[in-house]
Amino acid sequence: MNRREALSSVALLLGGTIVGTEFFLSGCKPERKYGESLNLSPDDISFLDEVGETILPTTASSPGAKATKIGEFMKTIVNDCYEDKDQKTFLEGMQKLNDACKTKNGKMFLDCDDKQRHDFLVDLDKEQKEYMNKKKPEDPSHYFRMMKELTLWGYFTSEIGATKALRYIAVPGKYEGCVPYKKGDKAWAT
Amino acid sequence: MGDTLNINNKAQQQNTYDAIVVGSGISGGWAAKELCEKGLKTLVLERGRNVVHIKDYTGTNKDPWELPHRGSNDNKDREESPIQSKCYAYNEVSGKFFVNDKEHPYNQVKPFDWIRGYHVGGRSLMWGRQCYRWSDIDFEANAKDGFGVDWPIRYKDIAPWYDYVEPFVGISGSIENLPQLPDGRFLPPMEMNCIEKQVSERIKSNFSDGRRMIIGRTANHTAKVGDRGPCQYRNKCQDGCPFGGYFSSNAATLPAAARTGNMTLRPFSIVQEVIYDKGTKKAKGVRIIDAETMKTEEYYAKIIFLNASTLGTTHILLNSASDAFPNGLGNSSGQVGHNLMDHHYDVGAYGESDDFADQYYYGRRPNGIYIPRFRNISEATKQKEYVRGFGYQGDGGRGRRSINEGIGAEYKESLTEPGKWSLGIGSWGEHLPYYENVARLSKDKKDKWGLPLLDIDCEYKANELAMRKDMMNSAAEMLEKAGLKNVGTYDAMPPPGFCIHEMGTARMGRDPKTSVLNANNQMHDVKNIFITDGSCMASSACQNPSVTYMALTARACHFAVNELKKRNI
Repeated sequence: MNRREALSSVALLLGGTIVGTEFFLSGCKPERKYGESLNLSPDDISFLDEVGETILPTTASSPGAKATKIGEFMKTIVNDCYEDKDQKTFLEGMQKLNDACKTKNGKMFLDCDDKQRHDFLVDLDKEQKEYMNKKKPEDPSHYFRMMKELTLWGYFTSEIGATKALRYIAVPGKYEGCVPYKKGDKAWAT
Repeated sequence: MGDTLNINNKAQQQNTYDAIVVGSGISGGWAAKELCEKGLKTLVLERGRNVVHIKDYTGTNKDPWELPHRGSNDNKDREESPIQSKCYAYNEVSGKFFVNDKEHPYNQVKPFDWIRGYHVGGRSLMWGRQCYRWSDIDFEANAKDGFGVDWPIRYKDIAPWYDYVEPFVGISGSIENLPQLPDGRFLPPMEMNCIEKQVSERIKSNFSDGRRMIIGRTANHTAKVGDRGPCQYRNKCQDGCPFGGYFSSNAATLPAAARTGNMTLRPFSIVQEVIYDKGTKKAKGVRIIDAETMKTEEYYAKIIFLNASTLGTTHILLNSASDAFPNGLGNSSGQVGHNLMDHHYDVGAYGESDDFADQYYYGRRPNGIYIPRFRNISEATKQKEYVRGFGYQGDGGRGRRSINEGIGAEYKESLTEPGKWSLGIGSWGEHLPYYENVARLSKDKKDKWGLPLLDIDCEYKANELAMRKDMMNSAAEMLEKAGLKNVGTYDAMPPPGFCIHEMGTARMGRDPKTSVLNANNQMHDVKNIFITDGSCMASSACQNPSVTYMALTARACHFAVNELKKRNI
């Protein structure tokens, strides 16, 4: 069932047309708002996937954060593990990120190319570092700090992150305290 | 009339055993094993559900990405179990082995984190597994400085019983010949890693007071122990080990007890009280509430071992008041519930090193290093500010780079390599026995089984706080002298209880007027009751206490069965 069919069947159930249906179907949608509720939409998830992918992109050695469904992971953790005030910061942060991107690049985050996204998040990363260093303990975290933390956590504990970007052995079977290491060898995932 | 009597007699006979063990945790498991192996028909009562070795360790084989929260607690955990979920061992898999705080409330007169596992095996399933013998420095401490009452035993009394339990427990460790930390019968030690070896050597050469950093002594099996183990170095012990790689009641003592054919294990059995017989001056049995059906039932035996954990046993004694013992069973001394101790911990230091960039490690060692006590163990090491002492646990390793370093491909690659070596140590300090640190029955609040809640009123005092300063400063001093860089300190100061070494509320002693138990863990007042969980402790020392509970339990079982044979009880 596609979007048009879905809307039509809702309309049938309600015995008529839905106000605004034509407007949505026309494709002339109003400006996107991200993070409007904890029940993140598929668009929200894609947006977070791209933010995560910009933080940890696909490289020659391993796939990036998007391949690990980082947006879904962020949704799960924000919903299940974040306190109310942190959930609020995170949700509002999604829109703030997009707005800040428009201010800097003149277009929405998803409309930027990879380099623009990268350069924008480098600046935002500096902003979060400065904010986190200066903030009082009771102040909320910076929203981008949350996104970055979730990206790193989710990526390196994903199957791709743990086994391709890092090394993971479920059952090591032994412990050796000093083994040779050469530059470039991957770190243990756990 | 005659028929009724017969039926009652039959019912009573069916519920009669040679011995009853209350609790199936680390000391109850040992009591079950020893009593069953000595031929006693033994009923083991456990207040929670059954947990069968391996079969019930659900989730332990999952990889991190198979867990929705990648192992982390969620808001539901924090809402249902705000106290338990703070515990270091509580995670997405092991959370099921901790009680629901809402279902099992208690009153904190002062902050006290009571960490519990109500199921077969108790906390032996999720314990920290560190095993350290006590020495005479510990057993003589009360007599020497006057805090608490003199221990009625010395090292020579318990040494053969450490010897007895250790090979069955399966403790790995190194032989060190330290007077304050006697060696035991160990499996091969685990290996230190590069940074630990270096810091260990430098501590030895930089301090003239005999301080050492040794490999931790842990109940993880570096070789097979019977059909258990060896350890596979997954470092997921608290989730339950499908390899039987560490000691627990579930893996070791309860199966041994079951093999004799003498054990009856009854889960969901909350012991409401011990039934005292004024005529014989002995305990007749126990009355339980079935946790599921809420029905009460009585069981009878010649001897009763209380191993319900320190505060659990305290609750049972206080709730077993009678005409003969209006202040709680066996409490003519008035000491039951008092002298509650824990260890004060979560204070220490950490640092990093530029050395060994070409070295790494293999495997996830479920163990760290140990720095045995070095204060107040001789005239030369005597401190002005406090009595007793502390030890350290810690470990070294190579982490990955921190979050604060960038965005993009280069950043990602940098995160895939190990960072610098670092090493941290945290201290465990002795908590003195203070009469006013106490657990009492609540006068008005009850749990869902109608049993009064415990009011827990416990704190650290001046001696602990003075010791803590030294615990932190000495940690930093050692790491700096060992050549580590960027040395930092921390003091999280958690409330009592959080170290999960609560003990002391039914102490052993020489004088029935000031103690609850004698030198054989036998109640002064009620000769067929034995208490060998943490409540028996007359002082806390600074070592992790479980192996001492195990040795005292085996010793008390040996004594109790001999007394039974001699018809003394």
